[in-house]
Amino acid sequence: MTEEEVRQLACELLSDIAPDTDPSALSGKEDIREALDIDSMDFLNFVIALNKRTGVAIPEEDYPELFTMDDIVAYVQR
Amino acid sequence: MMSGSFFAQQDGPALLTKELSASRPPNLRDYAAERARFDWNNAWARLDGLPGGAGHNMAHEAVDRHAAGPRAERVAIRWIGKSGARRDLTYGELKVATNRFANALFSLGVEPGERVFVLMGRLPELYVAVLGALKARCVVSPLFSAFGPEPIATRMEMGEGRVLVTTPALYRRKVAGIRDELPGLEHVILVGDEPTEGPGLHAWQPLIEGSSADFTIAPTDPEDMALLHFTSGTTGRPKGAIHVHGAVVAHDITGYYALDLHDDDVFWCTADPGWVTGTSYGILAPLTNGVTSIVVEAEFDAQTWYSVLEREKVSVWYTAPTAIRMMMRLGTEAVRGYDLSALRFMASVGEPLNPEAVVWGEEAFGLPFHDNWWQTETGGIMIANLAALPIKPGSMGLPLPGIDAAVVRRSEAGDDVEIIEAPMVEGELALRKGWPSIMRGYLGEEERYRKCFAGDWYLTGDLAKRDEDGYFWFVGRADDVIKSAGHLIGPFEVESALMEHPAVAEAAVIGIPDETVGEIVKAFVALKPSNEADEALRKELLGHARRRLGPAVAPKQIDFRKELPRTRSGKIMRRLLKARELGLPEGDLSTLESDEQR
Repeated sequence: MTEEEVRQLACELLSDIAPDTDPSALSGKEDIREALDIDSMDFLNFVIALNKRTGVAIPEEDYPELFTMDDIVAYVQR
Repeated sequence: MMSGSFFAQQDGPALLTKELSASRPPNLRDYAAERARFDWNNAWARLDGLPGGAGHNMAHEAVDRHAAGPRAERVAIRWIGKSGARRDLTYGELKVATNRFANALFSLGVEPGERVFVLMGRLPELYVAVLGALKARCVVSPLFSAFGPEPIATRMEMGEGRVLVTTPALYRRKVAGIRDELPGLEHVILVGDEPTEGPGLHAWQPLIEGSSADFTIAPTDPEDMALLHFTSGTTGRPKGAIHVHGAVVAHDITGYYALDLHDDDVFWCTADPGWVTGTSYGILAPLTNGVTSIVVEAEFDAQTWYSVLEREKVSVWYTAPTAIRMMMRLGTEAVRGYDLSALRFMASVGEPLNPEAVVWGEEAFGLPFHDNWWQTETGGIMIANLAALPIKPGSMGLPLPGIDAAVVRRSEAGDDVEIIEAPMVEGELALRKGWPSIMRGYLGEEERYRKCFAGDWYLTGDLAKRDEDGYFWFVGRADDVIKSAGHLIGPFEVESALMEHPAVAEAAVIGIPDETVGEIVKAFVALKPSNEADEALRKELLGHARRRLGPAVAPKQIDFRKELPRTRSGKIMRRLLKARELGLPEGDLSTLESDEQR
């Protein structure tokens, strides 16, 4: 996936979980949990959906590598 | 190890025994003897009281008395910021900072008895504000920063908030839009560097710097209102449980007994002060016991937590089942490599800790988790698995000295109770009135408060069983209140917010089991005619609920129904929706008037 595709997919999944927010307005370095007001349950659902849609395996110890948009892109592309 | 004599009968569930350190025996060594000997007057004797016999003030017991003695230079609060920054406040420094805040409140014309709300993440200023406001004899009400505008407005309006301490970002996002609904809110004190201008807005730093470092706490009656903690019921608005300054005697002694706090401990309570645990045990109990309390600003993340335990040499750790289960998912390997040799006692509260999680503690940390039980209304820990006794994994433990607990059946009229003596028979958990931290009322709701009592007993609304050894076992809630990540959520509050959406005709909200957070909030919604039950509307409703309620309260799932099941009196049968959702027996349907339609 290209960087843009990952970013778009992440935005889509995040807005499913927090439809009251606009993930596309996030800067690459913001903590998505804080900026979008998503709790640990929401975050877990996001990771599960991301795994389903990209096929990238995401073990739980890697969750801290998915807290910002830039990190998400880097992780999925790696 | 404890001798087996206390456990006459051993046919109950397995006991988890443990090695006790000979060099550091538990505070509560001989349970039966301590219970027999216990007298609240002796617990009061552990506190100092205000100079000259001027009563008892929570902040004096927590801060000033230590600042005046050999603990003055000891770190009271060690704050660890999100970026890893660290800030220490000694007891002496905490005294000065809280003095300044108390003076700042007076300089704004705030009077004793008036309500000071705090709404912010775990920043050092939160702790200073709570303790400073207590010194000023204001009533403190902490709000959870993940609440949305609606729960904030409801609570601040009910509690007649005169002052709010928050951050510029939270103010903008959650409070500015509801300011009109809160005519009594005169002062908003903003913690942070952003410029703040507007009616009644004050920046924290100049306000504090302009205030004197000297303050004398005025005489405080131990029966004076100190804290207002909101909790949720099945119906109606949230309930504001009133706690008084004298509750501090229970915070102190339960910290000593149930958390086994010793003088040189480094203690970490992971709860947010927006909930009662984070105030009673995240602020008050460690400080009255004179230990060092760790405050971590960041949200849960297993590796961050393990490094805090290691780096800060945490010796006593008080956390919650949701976090423990999240750590379990990562496995014991994730704990390896951290030096957690300082850790000697671990406890858990919020919802029943499943036996696997108790045992997992042994595997991962070499120590079991000690589950304990209490609720907003009780003010402090009531029932606990204790350091000196074997643990019964899955049980709440034994009533602390000074606390009488029983499983009871309410009489038909509801004005009396019958105690169930037979072991392992289900009934309502009740506590005999008379311990100092019991709530003194639900603010402005005398009737609801009175209904919590029958004869000599406070009725908890929790269903439980008691075994032959006197250990209590949680069964469930007697009502429809949802327990998610250890926090109570009132279905009515969620339903009301959904009903405010123009497309919604009616809504019913239930909790469905989740292996990590206990229960998650699920809503069933019936739409007004001419609305399409599609994915777009589902997302819109989810967004609507999150905007109004915040992520901690908003439903995680929304399903559409043409009609919701109702009783003859028109009440929606949440119980039936839940039974069907979970594939459980539907129970007595004699009151069902109109069934649901999908």
